[in-house]
Amino acid sequence: MSSTVTPLKHETLVIVGNGMVGHHCIEQLIEQDALARYDVHVFGEERQRAYDRVHLSEYFGGRDAESLAMCEADYYSRHGVQAHLGEQVLEIDRERKQVVTGNGRQPYDKLILATGSYPFVPPIPGAEGNSRLVYRTLEDLDDIRAAATGARRGVVVGGGLLGLEAANALKSLGLEAHVVEFAPRLMPVQLDDAGGAALKARIEALGVGVHLSRATQEIIVGEQYAYRMVFQDGEFLETDLIVFSAGIRPQDALARDCGLELAARGGVVVDSDCRTSDPAIFAIGECASWNGSVFGLVAPGYSMARCVAAQLADAAHTPFLGADMSTKLKLLGVDVGSIGDAHGATPGSRSYRFIDEASASYRRLVVSADGKTVLGAVLVGDNSYYDTLLQYAQNGIKLPADPSGLILPQTEGAPTLGPDALPASATICSCHNVSKGAVCCQVDAGVTDLGELKAATKAATGCGGCNALLKLVFDAELAARGVAVDKSLCEHFAYTRQELYGIVRVEGIQSFTELLAKHGRGHVGCDICKPTVGSILASCWNQPITDPALIPLQDTNDTFMANMQKNGTYSVVPRIPGGEITPEGLIAIGQVAKKYDLYTKITGGQRIDLFGAQLHELPDIWGELIAAGFETGHAYGKSLRTVKSCVGSTWCRYGVQDSVGMALRLEDRYKGLRAPHKIKFAVSGCTRECAEAQSKDIGVIATDKGWNLYICGNGGMRPRHAELFATDLDDETLIRIIDRVLMFYVRTADKLQRTSVWRESLEGGLDYLKGVILDDSLNLAAELESQMQHVVDSYQCEWANAISDPEKLKRFRTFVNDGRADPDIHFVKERGQRRPVRASELHLIPLTQEVL
Amino acid sequence: MSQSNVVRLDSRSNAPATWQALCSRADLVANSGVVAWHEGAQVALFHLPDNADGEQLFAIENRDPKSGANVIGRGIVGSLKGELVIASPLYKQHFRLADGSCLEYPEQRLQVWPVRLVGDEVQIAAG
Repeated sequence: MSSTVTPLKHETLVIVGNGMVGHHCIEQLIEQDALARYDVHVFGEERQRAYDRVHLSEYFGGRDAESLAMCEADYYSRHGVQAHLGEQVLEIDRERKQVVTGNGRQPYDKLILATGSYPFVPPIPGAEGNSRLVYRTLEDLDDIRAAATGARRGVVVGGGLLGLEAANALKSLGLEAHVVEFAPRLMPVQLDDAGGAALKARIEALGVGVHLSRATQEIIVGEQYAYRMVFQDGEFLETDLIVFSAGIRPQDALARDCGLELAARGGVVVDSDCRTSDPAIFAIGECASWNGSVFGLVAPGYSMARCVAAQLADAAHTPFLGADMSTKLKLLGVDVGSIGDAHGATPGSRSYRFIDEASASYRRLVVSADGKTVLGAVLVGDNSYYDTLLQYAQNGIKLPADPSGLILPQTEGAPTLGPDALPASATICSCHNVSKGAVCCQVDAGVTDLGELKAATKAATGCGGCNALLKLVFDAELAARGVAVDKSLCEHFAYTRQELYGIVRVEGIQSFTELLAKHGRGHVGCDICKPTVGSILASCWNQPITDPALIPLQDTNDTFMANMQKNGTYSVVPRIPGGEITPEGLIAIGQVAKKYDLYTKITGGQRIDLFGAQLHELPDIWGELIAAGFETGHAYGKSLRTVKSCVGSTWCRYGVQDSVGMALRLEDRYKGLRAPHKIKFAVSGCTRECAEAQSKDIGVIATDKGWNLYICGNGGMRPRHAELFATDLDDETLIRIIDRVLMFYVRTADKLQRTSVWRESLEGGLDYLKGVILDDSLNLAAELESQMQHVVDSYQCEWANAISDPEKLKRFRTFVNDGRADPDIHFVKERGQRRPVRASELHLIPLTQEVL
Repeated sequence: MSQSNVVRLDSRSNAPATWQALCSRADLVANSGVVAWHEGAQVALFHLPDNADGEQLFAIENRDPKSGANVIGRGIVGSLKGELVIASPLYKQHFRLADGSCLEYPEQRLQVWPVRLVGDEVQIAAG
């Protein structure tokens, strides 16, 4: 790590352009020690150092310029690279071997052009200012953001990959977004007609207008909106701003002016070593044209950068021989994939197609005339097929007898390509050109941690699309070498959660420090083991989680007994057992919400969530709620959330039992129970199941003889119907069985494992669980019940406990030495309530400082 | 890696030129964080009263660069591969308490300040 100039340096290398590809080239030069022989100067037209253009749209989603940067601020200076940012190269003087900027001349021995591309804007009369925006740089995005202020509708011209990205950006700015495309389908390069149609249906369902086969003739003043776009057929569309994203053109002006050879369709002509017609000048990335083609993706640009860096470092280099333009993306949240010959242009090729009009999914598989290899594929709606198909296509793997199985909805027995089937040459990460063989080398060298593997190979650190495949290959290779997959909780405990639970229970351990000293490593722990042990201690001994020894263990939500939201404020949920509330209770909650200006929303669990409280407001809010008779709802805890209920036999003409009464009893019994994950209940008063009990961890449905118990259901990301566990139970038996099920779950589940996943992981399945719980096959029932009774008997409202203790309230201060609120929290009004301001609504986003 | 912002109780000799009172020892929460206001900056203070290396106090920027929210002071203190870290409570990325660098995202970095405990007073390096 030295920035001193060594005598070895006798040549000067100038890189024009500091985009992703130019930056990657510098990284490669540094890695290959080429800086020992060159003084490197990089010129960037933009003020920011290289940033991640692939994830540009996240700039509107809250990421600032700094977090998009490709490297740390001092990366160049640390390595002795001289960065001239915000300094445009005006001319290349090939005769004198100098580049000319506004600040003077810089001699070079070798020159690399990495000037990228610029957006193509068709010449349309009337296109100017806000009706002629583009989507390429951070400055462009700032312009779009400024134009969007006060605007209602925005149009993107161009329905390709970047156009749809831009439409997403407009949408995230709160505009009604429209896409206007000249071709008769979306993404004409990557998709076929049916694929384009499926994508159109999905995007329209998201509220984005799609207008195909439209050529804009002129832009005039609008009546309803600022502008009117007039199309070739006389139809029109009005809008407040227009973003052009109709393709890119190589930025080859410097090369043209200095007489380098250019391709007929633009781009600096390069050979397979990325050398231009001047042997001292290379060109890489989107400004270069190889074999008549310009490659508008980051992976081929990186390949070129590696090729040139290796040559300059005098290392063995892989020539650039074109690139696979297969892509997998999420556009406006819709999966789109395109592999190889997506259009079936190869003579004699045949296609298999799967079309699902109900969910607008489309898949096409293009195979060779002999039916043996994959030539290409189109995917819309589900990219889970992509990795397998890409491996088939790239590695010429022989197809199964019936290739259609590769794109049919996946059922059991469908042919999937295991990682074992991949040859060592198979590319896993195309951004950083990491093969399966390279992964195997790392495993052979002793790498057993996925993070380490990524750091060593850079795999999955580009676009991230290969993450799942990388893990699959890595795990398979570890398993093949007999490396046991480590089930340790973290680096501090070589035990699973279940084992730690057993230790705590058997040895009567009362604190994290004690457990760590006796059975762990180190003195501190981490954010994995601390909350896990905190939860185990609470499940076993049920001490108030606000006790000084327990506080450092909790996740922030448990620490402050409220749910942290994206801007650092909290939401507050008082318990409303069974969803039953008196008018006085409602008024009290309403008064608190009004007094503290809290955004108020009814939850799915029949409660009321109050959002936007700052840390220092929580004790006052809870003081008032407790005075009105409420207690904490544990919405922040891995613990019982709610027992949802219908009105049951009390009001409903169909009800056969008092479901509200039972819900109240259950919620009162299990409130405060800390578990591996959150637990939800519901009680329905008859078989019509209005409380949706079969989607809950514990579901109770009334029968005319008593209650049926369902267990281990789940809504959410992976819905699972609860299974019928016992029938026609009386009240007492029902509660006894629930005691046992919950305690057995607390005792045996893994960390953050919901009951549904726990149930599926139980060897022996439902029958085994019935044996343990109903037939007491492990002779555990009495112990489980008594442990539950201890938790029930030791319950106290955590908030009531905290606000009676000045020492505990100390932590509820935004600043310990100042009474002010957090000055960075901003709200805006929407539909009569306040909500957090979006990053795009704040006009003071900090830009990266210039690095020189 | 230097622990430039760690000042042990007995190492006042190599202290910066001027120290300034920030808050009191009683404001700290053992093995956890609190936040202090310091000339327009939000400083998260983490106090480890009896760590392996003795008593330690760290001051680190409160703003989480990923979310833009001022929440670092409410994260969990941990030790990963021998380095003390704070996990951001929103997206769980880890920052080294010693120098504010991020384990997962090298481009994210938090400012750190030299701090020390003198008697019952927490002091921060001025300027």
